[in-house]
Amino acid sequence: MLKIENLSVHYGGIHALQGVSLEVPEGKIVTLIGANGAGKSTTLKAIIGLIKTSGGSVSWNGKSLAGMPTKDIVESGIVLVPEGRRVFANLSVDENLSLGAYARKDKSAVEADRARVFKLFPRLDDRKKQKAGTLSGGEQQMLAVGRAIMTRPKLLMMDEPSLGLAPLVVKMIFDIIKEINAEGTTILLVEQNAKAALMAAHFGYVLETGRITLEGEGRQLLADDRVRKAYLGEAL
Amino acid sequence: MKTRNTVLTGLAIAIFALVLWLADKNLGGYAMRILNLSAIYVVLSLSLNLVNGFTGLFSLGCAGFMAVGAYVSALLTMSPEVKEMNFFLEPLAPWLARLTLPFALALVAGGFCAALAGLVVGIPVLRLKDDYLAIATLGFSEIIRVVITNLQGLTNGAQGLKNIPKFSTTWTVWGVAALVVAFMALLTRSSYGRQLKAVRDDEIAAEAMGVNVFRVKVTSFTISSFLAGVGGALLGHMITTIDPKMFSFMLTFNILLIVVLGGNGSITGSVIASILVTVLMEALRFLDEPLNLFFFKTNGLPGLRMVVFSAMLMAVVILRQRGLMGDQELTWSGFEKAGLLPRSKKGASK
Repeated sequence: MLKIENLSVHYGGIHALQGVSLEVPEGKIVTLIGANGAGKSTTLKAIIGLIKTSGGSVSWNGKSLAGMPTKDIVESGIVLVPEGRRVFANLSVDENLSLGAYARKDKSAVEADRARVFKLFPRLDDRKKQKAGTLSGGEQQMLAVGRAIMTRPKLLMMDEPSLGLAPLVVKMIFDIIKEINAEGTTILLVEQNAKAALMAAHFGYVLETGRITLEGEGRQLLADDRVRKAYLGEAL
Repeated sequence: MKTRNTVLTGLAIAIFALVLWLADKNLGGYAMRILNLSAIYVVLSLSLNLVNGFTGLFSLGCAGFMAVGAYVSALLTMSPEVKEMNFFLEPLAPWLARLTLPFALALVAGGFCAALAGLVVGIPVLRLKDDYLAIATLGFSEIIRVVITNLQGLTNGAQGLKNIPKFSTTWTVWGVAALVVAFMALLTRSSYGRQLKAVRDDEIAAEAMGVNVFRVKVTSFTISSFLAGVGGALLGHMITTIDPKMFSFMLTFNILLIVVLGGNGSITGSVIASILVTVLMEALRFLDEPLNLFFFKTNGLPGLRMVVFSAMLMAVVILRQRGLMGDQELTWSGFEKAGLLPRSKKGASK
């Protein structure tokens, strides 16, 4: 279980996260929604150690992640699917997946995971040898998720998986997220697509300018007037 | 078909060795020297391609590391008498003056010293990116050159070193070139090579996957420096004279030209371009001499042949951005697909 307390991050003079506290219980889907620049991506990057925190604590199954290099955090079972997919464009689909598993020694389990990824995304199996840069946006997102699965994560963090994708593909990605979760992986999802995210999630947090302003069960937040007005664009 | 490819590779190597042997017997010293120079450029361009093409680090420090390799190897192989003759202004440090090592050992030592220089330079510099990195590595390369110029008692300063033993024979340089090609082919196909390419394609994603990006960069830069040092040492043992001026930015530029022409991230591209550029450098020499073009005569324009290379570079940038080979390699399965080889029954596999 991931527990964040009072996390704060500075970018130069900007106080990007001002004491964020949240919890991701094991086996659940938790989502973090909010507008542009609210600090959603920053939260994820801080957890995985890509940026330095300036205060607060992140603990993973009771162990503090403060100051740990990203490599060790990934090995401890947390992985980030970065915003904008960021697949390795000049490497083949297969090589991209191998990179996800590069730190793992259990060769046969790696191959089993590769088969699992191809089962989740048959499209990737068809395009195994193709360069990742030639895939469509949706396929690249599948590859980014597949690559993350290859690290065999206990906690899968996704940054805006629906960004720039067609509605049908978005629906498919969310179905896959639920499927991965049903297979036992905990998920922390950052989204601007508040409706889809809250529908899928067990629990949600609303982040505004570096602070958590609302929290609650997914469906409950979906019915909340403030959320409906600010994020779902409904006139009340 | 794996066995078929292995057989073909072995055959190609044998044919190439035979051609070299025939050339060595029949061609004159001038032609052989150009041929051997291209082998050295193969080593150097692969060294630069490793950082530029495979790791995506825009480095311009090649010449500095070559200088380190060339000086170390030269100083370790020259006999005490030759050293005494060279160092007439200020004597060489006594521990080095009496030391003479076999060539192979000196070559490796040259590489290791260059690698050490690469490590020392790389750790601070590789925190930079793109053009900042290019400027910083260029600066360090010049610093190395200036240090060599001023270490009179160790390097003989601006006088340089003369009468370096001529160890760079056809078999030595092409042997080393073949080893480096094989090393690069193995490296880029290994899981380590995949990491290099991942860092090149997307640093943040690589980091997020748990790749230690900084360490990968430093390792790649250090290996590249090692190869540059070996290449520089071979060059010294071929020309038999080295001085600090030789290792200026122009040398790096020539190597960069080869890498860009051949294709960033292609081993075969670098090999082909090395031979092409080295041969053209000599073949186009007539352009620098007085020309008689019927209508007007020029009185010799030194540097005109470099204009041809600049034009080539521009043509590549405009027409074929990714160089001759892009980031593809010439492979037997590639030949098969192009219909140049009979199709194997099981289909191509690499």
